[in-house]
Amino acid sequence: MSAMTDTLPGSGTFARGVHPPERKGLSGPKAIEVLPTPKQVAIPLLQHTGAPCEPAVKPRDAVALGQVIGTSQAFISAPVHASVAGVAQMGSVATLPNGRHVKTVPIKAEGEQLEGEALLADVFGGDWPTQGLHTHEPKAIAQAVRDAGIVGLGGAAFPTSVKFARNEAKPVDVLLVNGCECEPYLTADYRLMMEYPAPIVTGALLAAHAAGAKRVVIAIEDNKRDAAEKVRAAAGGTHVEVAVLHTKYPMGGERQTILAALKREVPTGGLPLDVGVVVINVGTAAAVARAVLRGKPLTHRVVSVTGAGVREPKNLLVPVGVSYGELIDFCGGLTDDAARIVAGGPMMGFTLADLSTPVTKGTSGVTVLTRDDVRRAEQTNCVRCGRCVDVCPLRLVPTKMAMAAKFRDWELAKRYHLQACCECGCCGYACPASIPLVQLIRLGKAQIPKE
Amino acid sequence: MAENTEHAAETTGELEVAPGPHLASRALTTRRMMLDVLIALLPATAVAIWVFQWYAAAQIAVCVASCVATEWLLMTLWWRKGVTVKDCSAVVTGLILAFSIPAACPWWVSVIASFVAIALGKVVFGGVGMNIFNPAMVGRAFVMVSFAGFLAAGGYVARTAGVVGEVGNVTQTVPWLFTRHIPDAMSQATPMTAAFKAGKGFDLMALFLGNTNGSMGETSALACLIGGLYLCLRRTAAWQIPLGAIVGLGVLAGIDNLVNPAAEWTALHHLLGGAFLLGAFFIVTDPVSSPLTPWGRFLYGVLFGVLVMLVRLLTNYPEGVMFSVLLVNAIAPLLNRWTIPRPVGGPVPVRVKK
Repeated sequence: MSAMTDTLPGSGTFARGVHPPERKGLSGPKAIEVLPTPKQVAIPLLQHTGAPCEPAVKPRDAVALGQVIGTSQAFISAPVHASVAGVAQMGSVATLPNGRHVKTVPIKAEGEQLEGEALLADVFGGDWPTQGLHTHEPKAIAQAVRDAGIVGLGGAAFPTSVKFARNEAKPVDVLLVNGCECEPYLTADYRLMMEYPAPIVTGALLAAHAAGAKRVVIAIEDNKRDAAEKVRAAAGGTHVEVAVLHTKYPMGGERQTILAALKREVPTGGLPLDVGVVVINVGTAAAVARAVLRGKPLTHRVVSVTGAGVREPKNLLVPVGVSYGELIDFCGGLTDDAARIVAGGPMMGFTLADLSTPVTKGTSGVTVLTRDDVRRAEQTNCVRCGRCVDVCPLRLVPTKMAMAAKFRDWELAKRYHLQACCECGCCGYACPASIPLVQLIRLGKAQIPKE
Repeated sequence: MAENTEHAAETTGELEVAPGPHLASRALTTRRMMLDVLIALLPATAVAIWVFQWYAAAQIAVCVASCVATEWLLMTLWWRKGVTVKDCSAVVTGLILAFSIPAACPWWVSVIASFVAIALGKVVFGGVGMNIFNPAMVGRAFVMVSFAGFLAAGGYVARTAGVVGEVGNVTQTVPWLFTRHIPDAMSQATPMTAAFKAGKGFDLMALFLGNTNGSMGETSALACLIGGLYLCLRRTAAWQIPLGAIVGLGVLAGIDNLVNPAAEWTALHHLLGGAFLLGAFFIVTDPVSSPLTPWGRFLYGVLFGVLVMLVRLLTNYPEGVMFSVLLVNAIAPLLNRWTIPRPVGGPVPVRVKK
């Protein structure tokens, strides 16, 4: 089956990987709804990879929607903005799902709020031109993106403006917009492409112009052909290409997407930039369009609330800083057999210990898994079946890496390329002996002595 | 915000915090892998019972029962983990062991072989997954050295009713249950000794279907192929290993054919005769003692095939599967080390401090 457009060099897939149950049907058919304005949000001052922000407002200051409440001078950083109108509270600390303790600026909602259909129309509605975008200066686009606090919305939350900084030694020829959404359950990107493909295309064109890329490719897995059609229709009359890739986990990992669509291998320890590519998520592209054309910061994002452990799975447009608990309550609460609440998808997401944890810019979903979903066979010794080797998308030997990490044999760990691991979780998913391979490898990566 | 949190938490019991991935493939578990091997051995079991009748049934029962009993006893006493019998790996070891010895082998030899297989082959290393050598082959090697007569060529032939394994002036009688009838196959020498060492040919169809004398599981090439293909399709056995083995044996046997064009025992006889296919699909593919990497597995298979041929051609033994398995087992860790794949994107760059 040739899923690719004829014009792209990639084969449409990558070697190895796994096919976990997709379960996109739970929230996939649900149109994006707007979460009613919460009473209070807690906006973390570090939601991205890079330097944390310093608070720009004092307690009891009145803040407007979109007002800057935290900034940083560091190159790799992104400001944060108020996602509701109201009054700033005494600063607090939250523990994000990945375990980082970060300072937050709580804001109590007061006064008139932009909400409901009006908010949806403000964020995604209106006209999104696809012509005449060259009038925007590349540097101005990067600055607008920085000022809007845009970070990668796919999960890694890397500041997007940094990707647009031109590097003479490493010219960019392709801007790849990632709409693969390969994590099971999650449908936030899918809904965005289905309902609002126009801002994605406009954002992609602006991003390509900023990064200096001649080609624009939007990559979508073939389990979302309807979304691919919508995006293709929205991209009519532009030079944006749509690549329909094979559905396989972790297709949405940028190394895999680039390999499948463009047949380029990002060097280990390097960046897509090293092979002339800049990758942004479809949600990021829409945010870029909004920031550049309308001067609006990133204050809201689409989040899937899904899984068999939540009563009414939904896709929600939510303000950054709202608690996970409120999203779940709005979706009818948890079922009796809910066992794990995962921030993100079930393959790479982190479990929540506390439902008051705030949603950040990088939160693509919350997946509530039931006892039955997370059940797995009793752990046994490794029987060296090599299944982890057969599925590793990076062609590593996970069981050896995990054992080397467990016994702190760093020489062995290096010989098996421990640091090359992207922690996608294919090995842990496939392991017949139920060994926590990813956990051991992560431990090893954190403990291995640096050169 | 706090009241919302309480509300959400009210609807459930306790929430777990656990590392990802939060889903697991249900397709395969350690126990399922072992059951796969048992399923794959069904055709060979059927042929064994067809050819060797009660002898086969008794041999399988003795080996499996003693392997499981040994595993349970020693794992409980030594590692306090008697529950490991649940993974069925001891059943697999018992069945493979039963298949690798003559049907006429006395029951107490089988018990000793089973005990050694589990005790010295597996438990001393720490149980399932920890052993270096294939346990069944360790057990067989032990009794082959200790009770050579019962496992050498003579051990396969039952001369008169009730008497098997005449070694020197020691005769071993079989239990009364089996004395009435000796299956036809057992009254002939094995094809490997009868024909191959004498340089004569053998009916290929008999080798293929399995109505010949030999170790119980090895006689039918067809049964081994059916079960072996199932194992490879289930990916419980790595397909690279049998492929490599067939390539390795085939090339050497082909060269032998070219050097001795008159020989009636052809490359095809080498492939279908003896325990080669049983070994290539069921014994040397034991994941615990074989390499992990794709190329490591292929080379491992090739080496196995080559060793089997070398033993057959250059030594006095008619068959070399057991020795070859143990030898390649010893090399498996080295093969792993030599064939570490290049990661996608190349090796981790060594950062030089400025």
